Amino acid sequence: MNDSIQFLISGLTIGSIYAIVALGFVTIYSVTKVINLAQGEFVMLGGMTMFSLIKLGIPYFIAFLLTVVIVMAIGWLVEWAVIRKAKGADPLSLIILTIGTAIFIRGIAGMVWGKNSVKVEPFTNDVPINILGASITPQSVWVMVFMLLVVLVLYFLIEKTMLGKAFRACSVNPTAARLMAISPKKMSSLSFALSAGLGAIAGLVIAPIMFPSYDMGIMLGIKGFSASILGGLGSAPGAVIGGLLLGVIESLGAGYISSGIKDAISFGVVLMILLIRPFGLLGEKNVGKGGL
Amino acid sequence: MTSSILEIKNVSFSYGPIKALDHISFEVKKGEIVALLGANGAGKTTMLNNISGLLKPASGQIYFKNEEITKLEAEKIVEKRLILVPEHRQVFSTLSVIDNLYLGAFHHFKKTGKKEVDQDIEKIFDLFPILKERKEQLGGTLSGGQQQMLAIARAIMAKPELLLLDEPSLGLAPLIVKEVLEYVKKLRDDFGVTVLLIEQNVSASLKIADRGYVMSHGSIIKQGSSINLLDDPEIKEAFLGHTVS
Ligand SMILES: Nc1ncnc2c1ncn2[C@@H]1O[C@H](COP(=O)(O)OP(=O)(O)O)[C@@H](O)[C@H]1O
Ligand SMILES: [Mg+2]
Repeated sequence: MNDSIQFLISGLTIGSIYAIVALGFVTIYSVTKVINLAQGEFVMLGGMTMFSLIKLGIPYFIAFLLTVVIVMAIGWLVEWAVIRKAKGADPLSLIILTIGTAIFIRGIAGMVWGKNSVKVEPFTNDVPINILGASITPQSVWVMVFMLLVVLVLYFLIEKTMLGKAFRACSVNPTAARLMAISPKKMSSLSFALSAGLGAIAGLVIAPIMFPSYDMGIMLGIKGFSASILGGLGSAPGAVIGGLLLGVIESLGAGYISSGIKDAISFGVVLMILLIRPFGLLGEKNVGKGGL
Repeated sequence: MTSSILEIKNVSFSYGPIKALDHISFEVKKGEIVALLGANGAGKTTMLNNISGLLKPASGQIYFKNEEITKLEAEKIVEKRLILVPEHRQVFSTLSVIDNLYLGAFHHFKKTGKKEVDQDIEKIFDLFPILKERKEQLGGTLSGGQQQMLAIARAIMAKPELLLLDEPSLGLAPLIVKEVLEYVKKLRDDFGVTVLLIEQNVSASLKIADRGYVMSHGSIIKQGSSINLLDDPEIKEAFLGHTVS
């Protein structure tokens, strides 16, 4: 019993990260119809930038904000340098371009930070809390709190603000959006910046648990992508559910079966769910139309 | 003599090898309702898309309020208050009716402020009560006629000085066509909006228009006041025999 609660908590922790990464995929996909396979690199950049800023002696909280801003700027730059320059290319070519971008970013990161993992201090103290016989580190709590915050802020932004309405308008009908003075180009830039910001936040909050390294983006990117597919690409609630579910399956698989094949187990379950529901858990109406 | 709000000078446009507009020139004066008529494929939609900036003319100039807008982006042309209601309505199908209306006000939302935009929406609801009833419903779930009302209402929210309407009556029942065209007339009479209207329904549109131009194969082949055009034997032959009104 205690074990299962322990597994559940660690599953929800890593699942929260997957959820945030998956929301990044959804954000870009819904506006541009591009699947940005460099999403995991934004997470890596979040963790590594935080490490460097703290090493420079910048206070923790300021380093946090600065990291988000820097990675958002990189996301904006990626859109400008890659997606904008290749305008008119079909989505498949753009997706392949994002793979190239990911390899490029990873290469640069390997040169800047080296190949070793780094350590980032947790947000608050490190003393585990006991809940129902399971122990949970404060940083795990932070991860889950941040996931909830991200969901709330994103919901407010998309549903309640004029910018969010414009975002959704571009997603469903870019031509009609232009006729309302909404620029799909600007929204595309914005979606990359926003999505990079989400990635950075995921990287920041997971850094103290995961010991980030230059290549951490590969696995997190794949997991986040799987989560968004599982939830139904284009659906934000789907991304969150997909992320949490993937995290929990992975953690239970590692705990009860074998940690060596936890990825095989979780991807196997994802494949099985997709065989039954090809559009993902909440995707039916959203795929292709781009929901959010 | 009122001044012209829109002036088209020698505009040509091709889709690859297909010449869709061939040296088109015409004008719309402030406060007019002008009908742009012609059979399917004559180039009417292409003309409006060139004016609104969605397409760029290969040659020629377009002036709006005496300022050249030929090379401006569609987004910028909207800010000058030249608003197109495109063919097939193009409402935001996955957004609610009220969000569609808010988006109409996108380009002046910050300047105008939410309070005044909300008042404008209330005025729209007085004009189109059906939209008030359906305000939380998704745009794509409205009937064709209701979507047309929404598309026009959304354009009004953008505070147009010149409104371009691309076949507002397409696919609507005759009774609803009449209703839509009456709204268009009301817009001009009560709100002072200048209107350039595309219609295949020639007799119905000439009833509300002051003047008309007739297009065929990318050229303007006839122009005149609505009364003269309605009496023109060639037009009677070409269009009026086939239309229900
Ligand atoms: N996107 C397009 N690509 C190629 N040809 C087009 C396109 N749109 C319209 N055309 C052609 O241009 C001509 C004018 O079309 P259009 O402006 O839609 O006419 P109308 O609105 O008067 O029915 C037609 O011959 C049509 O086949
Ligand atoms: Mg047409």
